[in-house]
Amino acid sequence: MTQTIVIAEMSNNTVHASTAELVSAAIALGGEPTLVIPCTDATQADGASGMGAASILAAKSSVFSHYDASGWAAALDAVIPQGTIVTGASPQSKDLAARLAARRGVSVVQDAMAIEGGNITSPVYSGKAMQTVSTNGPVVVSVRSNVFAAAQGGASDVAVVDTDGDVATSVQEFMARASERLDVAEANIIISGGRGMGSPDNFSHLEAIADTIGAAVGASRAAVDTWEAIPHSMQVGQTGKTVNPNLYIAVGISGAIQHLAGMRSSKYIVAINKDADAPIFQHADYGIVATWEEALPVLHESLKGMMG
Amino acid sequence: MWHRGKVHEWTSGGFPQVFELIHMPNIIVLVKQVPDTNAKIVVNGDRVDLSSVKMVMSPYDEFAVETALQHRDASGGEVTALTVGGAGAEKILKDAKAIGVDHIVRIDAGGEMDSNALQSILAQAIGDLGGEVVYCGKSAADTGAGSTGPGVAERMGWASVSNIIGAGFDGGLSVTMPSGGGNAKVSVPLPAVVSCDKGGFKVRKPNVKGIMQAKKASVDVRSIEAPAPSVSIVSHSLPPAKPAGKSYEGGASAAEVAKLLRDEANIL
Ligand SMILES: Cc1cc2nc3c(=O)[nH]c(=O)nc-3n(C[C@H](O)[C@H](O)[C@H](O)COP(=O)(O)OP(=O)(O)OC[C@H]3O[C@@H](n4cnc5c(N)ncnc54)[C@H](O)[C@@H]3O)c2cc1C
Ligand SMILES: Nc1ncnc2c1ncn2[C@@H]1O[C@H](COP(=O)(O)O)[C@@H](O)[C@H]1O
Repeated sequence: MTQTIVIAEMSNNTVHASTAELVSAAIALGGEPTLVIPCTDATQADGASGMGAASILAAKSSVFSHYDASGWAAALDAVIPQGTIVTGASPQSKDLAARLAARRGVSVVQDAMAIEGGNITSPVYSGKAMQTVSTNGPVVVSVRSNVFAAAQGGASDVAVVDTDGDVATSVQEFMARASERLDVAEANIIISGGRGMGSPDNFSHLEAIADTIGAAVGASRAAVDTWEAIPHSMQVGQTGKTVNPNLYIAVGISGAIQHLAGMRSSKYIVAINKDADAPIFQHADYGIVATWEEALPVLHESLKGMMG
Repeated sequence: MWHRGKVHEWTSGGFPQVFELIHMPNIIVLVKQVPDTNAKIVVNGDRVDLSSVKMVMSPYDEFAVETALQHRDASGGEVTALTVGGAGAEKILKDAKAIGVDHIVRIDAGGEMDSNALQSILAQAIGDLGGEVVYCGKSAADTGAGSTGPGVAERMGWASVSNIIGAGFDGGLSVTMPSGGGNAKVSVPLPAVVSCDKGGFKVRKPNVKGIMQAKKASVDVRSIEAPAPSVSIVSHSLPPAKPAGKSYEGGASAAEVAKLLRDEANIL
């Protein structure tokens, strides 16, 4: 039986819940997955039990204190068996997936959204088409979140192994994000504003709703380009971030193809736009033809009632 | 490439004075031809049909070209734009030439290639060209993968940084990139591969002189053998059509939508 290895998604030194989805993907690829936790301290692997893996390996090294592509790839390569490797599809995990694959001289398949009979399907052309590939021999596969159900049960004992790799890059300075709010790339719910918001000050209405439901605030490129106060880090779309949340609320966004490229795979899409012909409505599960001035206060009150 | 700095300054005695050695790096930028991002993608049978689609330089590669040119502007040296593709891909090399790259190279290849094959070719080409720093796009608009930069770096045994949003060239290379909930300024030892996001880069436009030079420029075409693929395309398909959504008129309906998000979508 081929070996499959899952590299845990880490967040704030703990195993992120989406790791259990990666274990499901690995099971779909065949084999009994070994879950590997890159950590600086074995206690960081505590959350890995019951995520469906056949065995759990904490790979311990100071290399893992901050991300360095070559150091991480070397340290992980040294301790994980040959076989197919599954990672998450965050920007950092995709980077690691590519380096690990190259280190082993195999190919990498990014952003898997379905796995069936050994074939892997992922979006191409910014999500305008899907591509299904077959593989021959081991590969590295990064898997989108919110696609596979979380695996359960399995091992709870953690084996610890020390490893190391040479760090190439060094951080000179860290600039924290101005706001405490979640980044769109990490959020399960996103509320985004476009040029239809009229002014950057009006994004406060989106922020208020975001605070109520624990969402991140995003923006269209028109909003980012028009208003200095809206940073590029908020941009969703082809030249911004690709997101895959459970819920995406687009407010005053027309739904240009390049914006859709970044968010069309969201599980649920709500659109608020005053123009009934805006293309975003063709992709919305729930479309509200109204100005945001009318719709957002009502939406906020209802959500507050439900969350409170 | 090492050059003497300021060799044209002369002392009163008429002897050329030798100043400190300055390093003029051999810079390579990877560019790929992809369908225009506005193009409609059609699937014919079980393959994407690009026959009637306008092809352009992949958008992030424009930022890579700009960063490579800024690096040269700051440190001297030369920039080579490199693509792996068919003859049709020479158009984007000419586009790169028009905005100021020094050399344009195409590795002749056609058909499907997996990441292992593509990266092996690129790594060999970069070695042959004597590259010391390589810029590329964060991801290609067709694959969306983001594999090539880190993969090529690993094959060369080089450092890599991905998705940079800014770069400085004073006293070596330092880049700005997203990191753990903020941005980090990171120093990058050369040789390295750097993949570029949009960030704050403003892409320069070609001028008339550049366009004329690009017309006359000849492409250095080479061939490199690729390893056999281990990943093959089975089929392309259009994304599953979403069932038509529910549509409401007027702001008051937002209350109904909030309820559906809780009761139908089970999200809140
Ligand atoms: C190479 C390339 C890359 C690109 N990358 C991106 C990208 O990453 N992300 C991105 O978003 N775009 C991107 N674009 C730009 C994209 O083509 C669109 O121009 C952009 O998405 C439009 O933003 P918008 O919908 O906010 O603005 P607009 O198109 O101006 O739409 C504003 C909308 O707001 C509505 N509206 C106005 N007033 C109100 C109101 N009071 N209440 C409710 N609705 C209102 C209008 O009906 C309209 O639909 C890219 C373009 C190119 C060429
Ligand atoms: N065939 C190619 N020729 C030259 N550069 C390429 C090629 N494919 C990918 N690249 C470079 O690698 C980047 C990322 O591509 P990808 O890994 O496919 O997302 C692109 O933006 C290009 O800079």
